[in-house]
Amino acid sequence: MARYGLPPDRPAIPLGHPQADSILGGGLRPGALHEVFAGGWSASGFAALLAIRAAGAKPLFWVRRDFEGQEYGAVSPSGLLELGGDPRQLILVRTRKCDDALAAANDILACGHVGALLLEIRGQPRSLDLVASRRLSLAAGESGASAILLRQSAAAQPSTALTRWQVTSAPSRDDDEDWGNPRFDARLVRHRTGGLGHFLMQWDSEHAVFQQAHPGAVAAAPLHRPADPQIAHAV
Amino acid sequence: MGSALVVHALDGRGARLGLYVGQPLANARAMVQPLTVIASDEKADGALLENITDWCDRFTPLVSLDPPYGLYLDITGAAHLFGGEAAMLREVTQKMTAQGFTVRAAIAGTSLCARALARFAHGTIVPPGKEASAVAPLPLAALDCDDKNLRALRHAGLKTIGAVADRLHSELSERLGAGFVTRLKIILGAEEKPLTPRRALPDLMAERRFPEPVVTQDAITATLQALAESLSEILERQGRGARLLEAVFFRADGKVDRIAVKTGEGLRDAAVMLRLLRQRLDALADPLDAGFGFDLIRLEAVLAEDINPATISFDANENARQQIGFLIDRLSVRFGDHRVQRFVAQDTHIPEAAGVAVPAQDDFGPQNWALKRLPGDPPRRPLRLLERPEPISVLASIPHGPPKRFRWRQCVQNVVHIEGPERIALEWWKENSWNRLVPTLGETEKQKKERAEKPRPVRNYFRAETESGMRFWLFRDEHQTGWYMHGLFA
Repeated sequence: MARYGLPPDRPAIPLGHPQADSILGGGLRPGALHEVFAGGWSASGFAALLAIRAAGAKPLFWVRRDFEGQEYGAVSPSGLLELGGDPRQLILVRTRKCDDALAAANDILACGHVGALLLEIRGQPRSLDLVASRRLSLAAGESGASAILLRQSAAAQPSTALTRWQVTSAPSRDDDEDWGNPRFDARLVRHRTGGLGHFLMQWDSEHAVFQQAHPGAVAAAPLHRPADPQIAHAV
Repeated sequence: MGSALVVHALDGRGARLGLYVGQPLANARAMVQPLTVIASDEKADGALLENITDWCDRFTPLVSLDPPYGLYLDITGAAHLFGGEAAMLREVTQKMTAQGFTVRAAIAGTSLCARALARFAHGTIVPPGKEASAVAPLPLAALDCDDKNLRALRHAGLKTIGAVADRLHSELSERLGAGFVTRLKIILGAEEKPLTPRRALPDLMAERRFPEPVVTQDAITATLQALAESLSEILERQGRGARLLEAVFFRADGKVDRIAVKTGEGLRDAAVMLRLLRQRLDALADPLDAGFGFDLIRLEAVLAEDINPATISFDANENARQQIGFLIDRLSVRFGDHRVQRFVAQDTHIPEAAGVAVPAQDDFGPQNWALKRLPGDPPRRPLRLLERPEPISVLASIPHGPPKRFRWRQCVQNVVHIEGPERIALEWWKENSWNRLVPTLGETEKQKKERAEKPRPVRNYFRAETESGMRFWLFRDEHQTGWYMHGLFA
């Protein structure tokens, strides 16, 4: 397998889903570009959850245009909190044009102290091409910051992404009283360093990690998170 | 009066021929022929005065407007930079005359004294303490008081300011009012009233003048670098950092351009200052136009605050925090600080207001975010909130209950799971002109009362999951029928 053009080896970040992590070789590789093609309103959340995993305790930069805000709504920090994310580490960058969004993304990826960049682009702007993709990959590779590119209403094009996912929402089980946690039908359709796969992935908001979604699922081992006295539980 | 045209301003020749301000135009035309008449434009005059004021910034940052035709320059401590007061007066007058204006100027220890002298004895430079004798021979008109007082003074047989001053402490005060007396005292140099400079005085500044105006990018950059280094040195010595930097470019022909850079933390690194300034210059919609050249470039630190020595550390976390701060500064400079945002928690029921987006450069201290769900439960708030709730068409529903089938954005959704209502009373909300509900910050007590008495909007929120696994946040307004889509869950 050629190592040309691949990011340096860094410890993978487990997603929590046993089969997905296995195929990925341990988990999501940081310092690389990962693409998510979301079909439908809720499926785009998958990219946000990957970003939460990738960022860890470091800052998470979410870059989108005004266009995406009008189309899909504003990012809600409360919503992020409910999913187990930390609104305090979220920085939102809104630009007018795709070129600006790409410039911001590259600037962000150049900083090694950034955990993850989530770049959300709807449609197929011309400037989001192979060259742009390579720049993002290289920047991520050098700094170690992860880049998650969320595409909606778009067709896959040639890119240098390490992984590419095609995701739709998956319905909760009929008998599930605790329905509502994010649940996805996720296909790994491109993987430069390994095999492909098709997974049913459920998100555990309490532990901010994925888990296998099947009846009588065993809860994934909780991710170690330092105790956070500032999150109060509402009654 | 009425709709008659009157003379608003006139030139020296017109004045000598007997015309005056306020004279009906018809009379003026009758008296003097030929007469060139131009429509007055007070707004444009005001704008011009402001431009001149900005231009005078090159002499001193403490410039104040004295509309409609006047300016004050506080040159305390600045005259020596121009070779002394006489030389400075000459230079200011000459430079403004060269731009086509008729200028009358004077220098004195108080504002109104200088003003009176400029108008009636221009060119006077009053030695310190000699204001009273300088203005003594001036006519009453130099007092610039209202007609009633002027008549009273004339009636009393007084002809000069000196004569009025002699009667200062007598019956004058009662008849003419305390306001008049205060003004007179200022004219006599006994008191001073504070002026309002057009711009706040910067904490620090460094500037460079060019006898040969500079035009090239390289020269400008080199100058900015030198100025940044000067400021940096001073800030270093003082243990302070700049939060707001302004670069001011004075063109030889009068135009003044200003660019500002805001930072999240006190800055004193010259290289970073230069980088941010250059980024701001590059991001300008209309690039900086040097025209025939800049003859003065100045760098101001408008807000310089103490840098806590504790913040300069070799701690890895601290270093990371600073680097992220610099990244945020760079992004803010490039795209605008309203486009690079963080979220601040607010204690409110209103979903849209629970997290407020604020410029990431601003520091709001530690945040307390309140989880809405119970431990182990699925999310109670959606990841995305539509900027405006959108009506949905309910195609089928449980009687008196939530929808089972609805259409939203041309797609039909079949609801399989639904939970609610979560009742949210919007008592602290008010509608603004765009029909959006916003939290009511900055309301008066009266407004609060008025609103408390109106029926409060109440929303009943439901979270719903459809056949295809899409998860939505819907609500119904208690007082109106109709269901709305408000948010999208992951």
